[in-house]
Formats: sequence, C-alpha cells, structure tokens
Amino acid sequence: MEIIIVGGGKIVYFLAKNFLAKGYQVSVINKDQDYCINLAKKLNAVIIHGDGSKLNYLEQARASRADAILALTDNDPDNLYICQLAQREFEIPKTFSVINNPDNEEIFKNLGVDTIFNTTKLISLLIEQRVETTDVNNLLSIEEGRLNLSQVILKEGSPVLGKKLKELNLPDEIVFGCVIRGEEVVIPKGSTKLLENDKVLIITLPQRQAEAFDVLTGEE
Amino acid sequence: MYILIIGCGRTGSYLANLLSKEEENVVVIDKDATSFEELSAEFTGFTVEGDATEIEVLKDAKLAKADSVVVTTDDDNVNAMIAQIASELYQVPKVLVRVLDSQKEVIYKELDVITMTPTSLLVDKFKDEIVRSV
Repeated sequence: MEIIIVGGGKIVYFLAKNFLAKGYQVSVINKDQDYCINLAKKLNAVIIHGDGSKLNYLEQARASRADAILALTDNDPDNLYICQLAQREFEIPKTFSVINNPDNEEIFKNLGVDTIFNTTKLISLLIEQRVETTDVNNLLSIEEGRLNLSQVILKEGSPVLGKKLKELNLPDEIVFGCVIRGEEVVIPKGSTKLLENDKVLIITLPQRQAEAFDVLTGEE
Repeated sequence: MYILIIGCGRTGSYLANLLSKEEENVVVIDKDATSFEELSAEFTGFTVEGDATEIEVLKDAKLAKADSVVVTTDDDNVNAMIAQIASELYQVPKVLVRVLDSQKEVIYKELDVITMTPTSLLVDKFKDEIVRSV
C-alpha cells in the first residue's frame, strides 16, 4: 500500500509513523522546510518540501502509483484541490480529506472527494455525547443519516429489565448491535437477558428510532 | 444581467466598475472591506464582505440567481473551489476564472468554466510581437 499525506503537525507525523509500522509506503508533502527536515530525521518515509496542490510535487511523491491520498491541511480549498488533482491527473483510487468548515462536507462530497473527516462536527458531537445527561445518545449517523447507531442506558424502571431479547416487542427495523455490561461486551442473542445499567447499542432507521427508545426506556 | 464578482483586487474592481457603467447588476464579494475602495464613485452595485469559500457568504450574495460569476481572488485553489461550487453545484450559466499559475488550469479540463491565465496571454502576445517584428 502506498499512501501520500499532504499536511503537517503532530497528526501527520503520528499517522505516517502508524502507516510505516504497518509496512505501508508513505510520502509526506509539506510547504514548511523546517517541518520536512525534522520529519525526515524521524521517519523512514519520502518527505517532500513543496505545495501538495501542484502537479510536480505529487509526481515526486509517485502519485500515479499511490493507493490513497490524505489531504490534511487546515485550508479547505487546498484540501479540495489536492484531492481533485490526485483523482483527475493521477487516478489515485481513494481520496481522504479533512474539512475545517463543517458546511463544506456536502460540497466536498458532491465534488468527488471519497471520504471526508468533518473534524468540527465530530468534536462537537463527541462533546455533546459526554455532556448529554439523558439515557439516550445518538452515536453515529451513517450514509447521511439514513441509518443511526445509538446507545441507550437501561435505568431502573425500564420495562425491559430482566427480559430476554426475544421477549421484547421491538419493531423489525431495529437491530441490537451489542450490550455493554460494565467492562464486558456481550454480543446479544435471543436468550440474552437485559439488566439494569446495561448500555445497549442499537442500529435503526431514523424514523423508527423514537419507537425503539420508548420500548427500551419505558417513556412515551 | 446579474453578475457576481468574487475578489475585488485590481481585476475584480476594474471589471465591476466597467460592468456597472454598462448598467449591469453587479455584486462584489471580498473578505477585506478596504478593497471596496477600488470601486469607482459611479459604481451602483452592492458589496458583500466575507470569505466566498463559506457557502453562507455565496448564498447571501444570491449565487443561485447569478447569470455570470467571475472568480478573481489571488489564490488559485480558492478560485477552483468557488468556480466549481458555482458551475457544478449551482449551475450558474457562465463561470469565468482567472488562473494565476498556468499548471493549475488542469482542474478545469472537464468543466464548463472559462479560464484566463494572464501570464499566458501576456507571453503569447509578447512572443507574437517579437516574432512578427523580426
């Protein structure tokens, strides 16, 4: 596997290190000379000092052989350009980009970037999950919200406590992913009994999610 | 005609002044409000202060209603992003972009965008003049 990373900071260093440890070939492109010199001392990777949104630097990084490119700069237009150039001129099969402005997710997607890391959105979601006091949390929405992964903590008074999964009256469009009981992860079967303080991960269609929460928490 | 000009530098402001004189409906966006000082006293259009890579700014400037969009900021990657938003995502009928570094032109190959590279235009012209005079 050959990966090109454009960007800087600790994140690029650790990512590159991680990929190298897995045996991947890594090239890093960065505009800052000192950063490149420093990185070259620490990593057994191809380090290129230059502008990753330019053809010649991508060529130096052997872009036509690369399997993936990661655009991780703090400038969204640069990241978009890097991914598009990689795709159109070098036919790199997989493009990954960080976006800084969360509104750009839709734009990047429509303009052909394969995988987008919406860091602002991710961080704010994580914070909301930690700060959230309710027993019900949306963990992840998949495929632009067509599928949701959520967590429900079973508190005292929940009507499902002590019941087996097969006894629950759940809509068909709900899948039990797993039950987290203390430190233990239980892969649920029909015979699994639900206990107080279990964290239940469910996969649902958004339109049936509320129904699932009602069944599990007993609230209407 | 409703014309949206992004980047109010020498090129953007000059064009805005000319089009406004021709009584076209012009809106200019620039992230630096002092750049609007380049607009002439007769300029009758509107100005929007903001970063045009933020979709909200483009929406405020009524991108969806534009007949033409001219992108002339001094950053080629910014220009590429805005031009594609206008042309690909908002189907603006005519999108024109100034490209500073001619190697950045490759991104527009498959797109319905008119590109202008000042250096190439200048060099072609100079070369023609020199070769003709010899």
